[in-house]
Amino acid sequence: MIDGGLNAYHLQYLLWGALWTIGLSLIAFIGGGLAGGVIALCRISPIKAVRWATIAWIQLIQGTPLLVVLFLCYFGLSIMGLELPGIVAASIAMVVYVSAYLGEIWRGCIESVPRTQWEAAECLALSRTQRMRLVVLPQAVRIGTPPTVGFMVQIVKNTSLASIIGFIELVRAGQLINNSIFQPFLVYLLIAILYFAICFPLSLWSRKLEQRLQFGSRAATPSANAT
Amino acid sequence: MRYEFDFATVLASWPQFLEGAWMTILLSFPATVIGFVGGTLLAIGRRSSTRWLSNACGAYVEVIRNTPLLVQVFLVFFGLASMGWKVAAFTAALLSLVINVAAYSSEIMRAGMDSIHKGQIEAAECLGLTRRQVYWHVVLRPAMEKVYPALTSQFVLLMLASSITSQISVEELTAVAARVQSETFRPFEAYIVVAVAYLALSLLMRAGLWLFGQMVFTRQRKLGSTK
Repeated sequence: MIDGGLNAYHLQYLLWGALWTIGLSLIAFIGGGLAGGVIALCRISPIKAVRWATIAWIQLIQGTPLLVVLFLCYFGLSIMGLELPGIVAASIAMVVYVSAYLGEIWRGCIESVPRTQWEAAECLALSRTQRMRLVVLPQAVRIGTPPTVGFMVQIVKNTSLASIIGFIELVRAGQLINNSIFQPFLVYLLIAILYFAICFPLSLWSRKLEQRLQFGSRAATPSANAT
Repeated sequence: MRYEFDFATVLASWPQFLEGAWMTILLSFPATVIGFVGGTLLAIGRRSSTRWLSNACGAYVEVIRNTPLLVQVFLVFFGLASMGWKVAAFTAALLSLVINVAAYSSEIMRAGMDSIHKGQIEAAECLGLTRRQVYWHVVLRPAMEKVYPALTSQFVLLMLASSITSQISVEELTAVAARVQSETFRPFEAYIVVAVAYLALSLLMRAGLWLFGQMVFTRQRKLGSTK
């Protein structure tokens, strides 16, 4: 195995990295989804202070790069005296990041449920919680599914930044392999192909869901994108 | 435990932060302009009736949108170098940002162009406008106007994503933070300063792009049909 080429062990290591990429994406999606739901509800809260605080928080997160959020989590945890592995800092940063974006996407979905639906529910003497749970949310979920699946692509791609703080996912695994065989073009091409294999089906799925909803003219609205 | 914040030592190197911010602007501005023009051409190609051209543009957009920017940056920087074509870090960064943003703005522009009613184009043809005139006056400009808010968001995201180029040693804001923290041993403060700088940059950019939009897209105000 000292001929210096790419071999089966390298491929196995890359696939192992890809599994961690998927794992971190799932953590980010589930954690960020739960927090994002809370953010979406706070964003349309009837209490003004809550609403404004949420807007400020979203602006803050959407106005700073994920890489900087990641470093802040990483170094922030370490000055609190916690020597935690990279995955913890990466998970926290991803959850914070995802929640701000998903919260805004879902807020849009909740608000796009026609006003008359809210009013009708109010006329039926449903409480605010009941209105949300029984009337608005079931409709908002249908509208929200395509952009949410679309955003999952962004999540998967953004987990690549975790490599920078040393968490061994797909990119970091590739870098380690590249350090030993030094064929950057081949290695990064393989990484790109693996990412594409994860992300492209999600993109297709999102598009299919969108077509099924038959948004009409609104289908032209591009969903939130991040690089 | 208590952590004593010490911003003074970090802020003492403000000229470096300023230089970093300037580098971020120097990267983002040309990338935005070139990427937008490239993206518009891609969108036109995607809508073309020539089968292979449309497919090629579509494939390009899918590949770029479904792989992480970090991997694209590495592929351009190390890939080109390993093929014997050595480029400076800045050039590689700019090139990969252009490649990336072109794909995203192409999808946005395509959505805008698709939303132009067919009757408009037919009417323009009936008035004897040439193909080029139709494209410029009837399709492109109103399309740009329609998707301008989405484009604005995308360009701000590009500016934030330029932080990733610090990984190939481009001396922009994030890289400056890394350098300052290694000189002062104050990573948390350094990244907070940089986060605030990014926030300010993104707010400035939004304001600037809004003003630019007000200056360029005067049609709706002249017609008295503001959104």
